[in-house]
Amino acid sequence: MTARLRRIGLPYLLLLPALALELLIHLVPMAVGVAMSFKELTQFFIRDWNAAPWSGLANFRIAVDLDAPVGQALLRSFGVTCAFTVLAVGLSWLLGTVAAILMQDRFRGRGLLRTAFLVPYALPVYAAVITWSFMFQRDNGMVNHLLHDQLGLTADPPFWLIGDHSFAALVTVTVWRTFPFAFLILTAALQNVPRELYEAAAMDGAGIRQQIRRITLPSLRPVNQVLVLVLFLWTFNDFNTPYVLFGRSVPEAADLISVHIYQASFVTWNFGAGSAMSVLLLLFLLVVTAAYLLVTSRRERGPRKARGPRGRRPARV
Amino acid sequence: MRTNRLRTAVGATLAAALTALTAGCGGSPTGAAGGSNTNPRTLTYWASNQAGSGIEQDKKILAPELAKFERQTGIKVELEVVPWADLLNRVLAAATSGQGPDVLNIGNTWSASLQAGGSLLPFDDKTLAKVGGKDRFAPSALAATGAAGKDPAAVPLYSLAYGLYYNKQRFREAGIDKPPATWDELAAVGKKLTGDGRYGVALEGGNPVENAHHAFILGKQHGAAFFDAQGRPAFDSPAAVEAVKQYVDLMAKEKIAAPGNAEYGQNQSVKDFATGKAAMLLWQAAGSSLKVHGMRPDAYGVAPMPLQKTADRGDRAVTSMVAGINLAVFRGTDNLDGALKFVKFMTSTPEQKALNSAYGSVPPIVEAQRDPAFAGPEQAMQRAALDGHAAPLPQVPEESQFETLVGTAVKELFADAAAGRPVTTDSVKQRLSKAQQQMAK
Repeated sequence: MTARLRRIGLPYLLLLPALALELLIHLVPMAVGVAMSFKELTQFFIRDWNAAPWSGLANFRIAVDLDAPVGQALLRSFGVTCAFTVLAVGLSWLLGTVAAILMQDRFRGRGLLRTAFLVPYALPVYAAVITWSFMFQRDNGMVNHLLHDQLGLTADPPFWLIGDHSFAALVTVTVWRTFPFAFLILTAALQNVPRELYEAAAMDGAGIRQQIRRITLPSLRPVNQVLVLVLFLWTFNDFNTPYVLFGRSVPEAADLISVHIYQASFVTWNFGAGSAMSVLLLLFLLVVTAAYLLVTSRRERGPRKARGPRGRRPARV
Repeated sequence: MRTNRLRTAVGATLAAALTALTAGCGGSPTGAAGGSNTNPRTLTYWASNQAGSGIEQDKKILAPELAKFERQTGIKVELEVVPWADLLNRVLAAATSGQGPDVLNIGNTWSASLQAGGSLLPFDDKTLAKVGGKDRFAPSALAATGAAGKDPAAVPLYSLAYGLYYNKQRFREAGIDKPPATWDELAAVGKKLTGDGRYGVALEGGNPVENAHHAFILGKQHGAAFFDAQGRPAFDSPAAVEAVKQYVDLMAKEKIAAPGNAEYGQNQSVKDFATGKAAMLLWQAAGSSLKVHGMRPDAYGVAPMPLQKTADRGDRAVTSMVAGINLAVFRGTDNLDGALKFVKFMTSTPEQKALNSAYGSVPPIVEAQRDPAFAGPEQAMQRAALDGHAAPLPQVPEESQFETLVGTAVKELFADAAAGRPVTTDSVKQRLSKAQQQMAK
């Protein structure tokens, strides 16, 4: 009897450390965050936040009240973030894919070039982004030196770190930082596409464009599914890039939601409201992720077979 | 049955783990009057970055003094110099977790905000007596250590005031014989000095804190209070709008500041002044920074900040806020006696002389102020300002929000001006109203 108990209990026992750590690292902070969003956690209670009064849904009501400035600002920031994410993920993915396909064939210096492509990803965020912020300075920055002084593209040197151009600056830096990741993953995925497929296709008279459309992209589909999701989540939540680039007060045109929430908590010292916004963000991301997985995996299960060249399933990664 | 028991056991373990964890998150022991003496041999001290050339210089200035303290008391002080950009967040994090330094520097404008959180040891009369007594401190400096009617949350350590720095040579060349005393004169002088890629004045338009200070000083001159008598925010009163517009107009209307100043947030304006790109600078204790950038003390003059009219008196003649650094004791300290000894040491007359001379600030200790070391033009100007022309920023818990929100509004207005968009009374009012509405209650 004890032997049986031991046998049944052993897996649970072995799981226990992982479970405890998972609780400690992920679930408890999340639960604490959610609990905070129902509290009136202002500067008067930061020392002992157990003493902060429960405020029910008041924090959420402020966050979604679109007639009031806080709600309007949050909605605006949400819109900016959506536009930013679509652009940045799209460009990162496109650049990463193009680079990976171009680097697929052997040529002299390929290894060196591949390494160079990975540099932005390997650099520490702060060092990389602060360098960009120097480059984007209006009067002494390299960007304006090139665009304005040397190429003469603009009548006046534009501002990049304040005003409307800051959106373009932010997208540039983010794409520069994230496309190497897409490149890395897709390069790995391409190694698994059997060469014979291309040879067979070439024999059948398929050009490069058709090969990419009929072989490369369908073979990359399962990897792309995960890649785009991960890029989306990272980009949507990116805090470091805007914060390092613009400092404490981010211009409206580049007011990403994570920085916005940070400011809503730390600037006004209202951590309850900040938590409520975070919870809303979490819910939004959950819904988007679930919908994305549902749609993409249904499509995969559907007319999949017909697409593989000659009925051969492309290798999975 | 057996699986049931197992399930109960796992459930109980989980529940226990959860309770332990959430209890652990509560942080510091609550309700304690503050401080213990369980660790009497060491102190941790967070100093703010005061030296113009950076943190290393601060360490060099402070190290011999801390060694002196160790020789006198046998208490070892572990020093960390925290940059301004991080200091408030670090203090907040320490307050939330209960894990912080024993003694720390705070910007005196945050005193009331931090006081409300209750994480700093209140200096009641008994505690003040332990560090030398209330009478040692200059009253204007002590007024900026917390809300009225409450025990100070800190004691003043270095006092600072805003002044007008001007480039003597540029003034001579333009035939200007004295620094401007009113803002109209400043605009006129500035226009003479602007041209050939050089400008009349350098502004730190991308720095919210700097902007908020100028909004406050000009606000006083226009009769604006950013908080009413009940402590409610009043950011967009007509007088406040006038004050902010006047400041932004140095760039927008008078065009005596370079448009690029709108994105300055890392003291680039000090550098522009030191290198002659701008002929005037509105700053506090700029001397040591100017030296770092290669400008000799005899190359610039120091004057009080301009007024609206030279005949103005009282609040309308305010030329500076009571600026400065306060020294606070963290309530969670495990070396309370040592911390108070350290405060007493740092505010003693010899230390005050040494430190304030090194930093170019003014001692908030009456006895130390009389020292001839503080008779130089820069410190004389600051002392004169602090004696009769300085007002403390509103000592209300929401002060730090005011700095960030109004300062950011001004930053956005500078961005408008730099981009050539008009800055009007309406647009200023709109920005300030928006800032006020974010003070959600």
